[in-house]
Amino acid sequence: MKRKIPLIITFVVGVVLIFAEFIPHKPFGLISGELEKWYLIIAGFAIILGQLNLFKVNLFKIRYKQKNWQYFILTLVSFSIMVLCGIFWGTQNNPGVFGNGVAIVTAMGDKPFDYLFLNVYQHLSATMFSLLAFFIASAAYRAFIARTTESNLLLAAAILVMLGNTSMGSILTGWLPESLKFLHLPRISEFIMKYPNTAGQRAIMIGAGLGIIGSSLRIILGIERSYLGGK
Amino acid sequence: MATVKRKQLDRRWLFLFLFVGVALPLIFVIGLPIETSENARMVYDLVETTPPGSKVILSFDYDPGSKPELHPMATAVMKHCFDRDIKVIVTALWPMGVQMAEEIFSDIHDEYPNVKYGRDYVNLGFKAGGIVTIQSMGKQFREVFPEDMNGTSIDELPIMDGMKNFDNLSFVCSFSAGDPGIKQWVQVTHDKFNRPVTGGVTGVSAPAILPYVNAQQQLIGLLAGLKAAAEYELLSKSPGTATSGMDAQSIAHLIIIIFIVIGNINFWRDKKAEKRGE
Repeated sequence: MKRKIPLIITFVVGVVLIFAEFIPHKPFGLISGELEKWYLIIAGFAIILGQLNLFKVNLFKIRYKQKNWQYFILTLVSFSIMVLCGIFWGTQNNPGVFGNGVAIVTAMGDKPFDYLFLNVYQHLSATMFSLLAFFIASAAYRAFIARTTESNLLLAAAILVMLGNTSMGSILTGWLPESLKFLHLPRISEFIMKYPNTAGQRAIMIGAGLGIIGSSLRIILGIERSYLGGK
Repeated sequence: MATVKRKQLDRRWLFLFLFVGVALPLIFVIGLPIETSENARMVYDLVETTPPGSKVILSFDYDPGSKPELHPMATAVMKHCFDRDIKVIVTALWPMGVQMAEEIFSDIHDEYPNVKYGRDYVNLGFKAGGIVTIQSMGKQFREVFPEDMNGTSIDELPIMDGMKNFDNLSFVCSFSAGDPGIKQWVQVTHDKFNRPVTGGVTGVSAPAILPYVNAQQQLIGLLAGLKAAAEYELLSKSPGTATSGMDAQSIAHLIIIIFIVIGNINFWRDKKAEKRGE
């Protein structure tokens, strides 16, 4: 029974939503509208659940002193500081339980939550993303080697797109006469992105779309049950 | 396939060159030429041809991690909307998107003293749920967003007068760093409700989104990465951080290409040496 009820709910909801897609009239339209509202409420709660789970998982790692457990203390402390700052003094336009913290705002220039967000979180986040540039550069240096026909094609396409997507492309071939403008690097780059890339991406999208339909049907019909947990 | 053991150049050299190559042009702006692409022009034309007084949604679906790429284009599009007297409704499918929009609005507000919150601009905040949120917005906008981010009822905001669903919008523009984002806006707003969708994405995610710029106009143009942001700044004649950032990006790309060439020369040299039996 513990497994049958969720399976029945999944089947009924899945079938109703499929019907609602093709028959957007009563009662399917109304039901799907109502289910959408339920989903939004559940999605809101899922965020709280995610936060509680983050706390639990990190606490567990610290308690059992798992590898690099010291880092998890940092996560929990940072998490708690942000949450408490938000609860106590609120954010930019919203007061917290202690009001707007005028004295703190005078001293810091911003509310504690906004101050940490603007001066710590934003910069740390941007740094993490920026580091990718160095690793991508290193990966490109190692991977783009002209070994085979396929790798030659990849290498040529990569260089043309890289040049075409910067000002260098315009400088290098900007002088070409109108009759040879099709060789202008930004145009070649645009062509590669518009035709070969789009063709490949569409093939991937169609494959992924069919895969999603297949797995959705498996879930609706109760063949795929891993989402229920257990074996 | 022959296996050739290459003597790799220490990658720290690449890191050093890249660091210098990015930092110097940011400090000393070179002003390399920028050419506009068809996709950027399509986005520009969409905003340019939208009648003044129309309502549009700018969805901030990114966080500070993608800020260097997406913030300049979002700023340029928002400025262009205000220049054209287009009313901007801000939403966010990413929690941090709310602050990103607020930051832009407070940065540019001095340039547009006539733009009034609640009348010409509103930030409705973040709503969880991704594609389902968009679907609900299309049917019952006021139920999904009964209040703005400050808790003010949308009934008290003049900009929201008569706003029931996507029929009351001229277009949706999503600045997207991933999922949920522009793809979901296309799949629902254009494909289901037949409203124009445009937007901007990070350079790395552009190849996956470009197929939506097609004859069916699922997407009307696309701003792909910092280059497109610089192009938009050029088109709207308001140079900003993207224009200056393009110098750094161009030099960085050039350095990577030079290192790729060095890597290939090393490879071929080693391969030749191996053939000779050295």
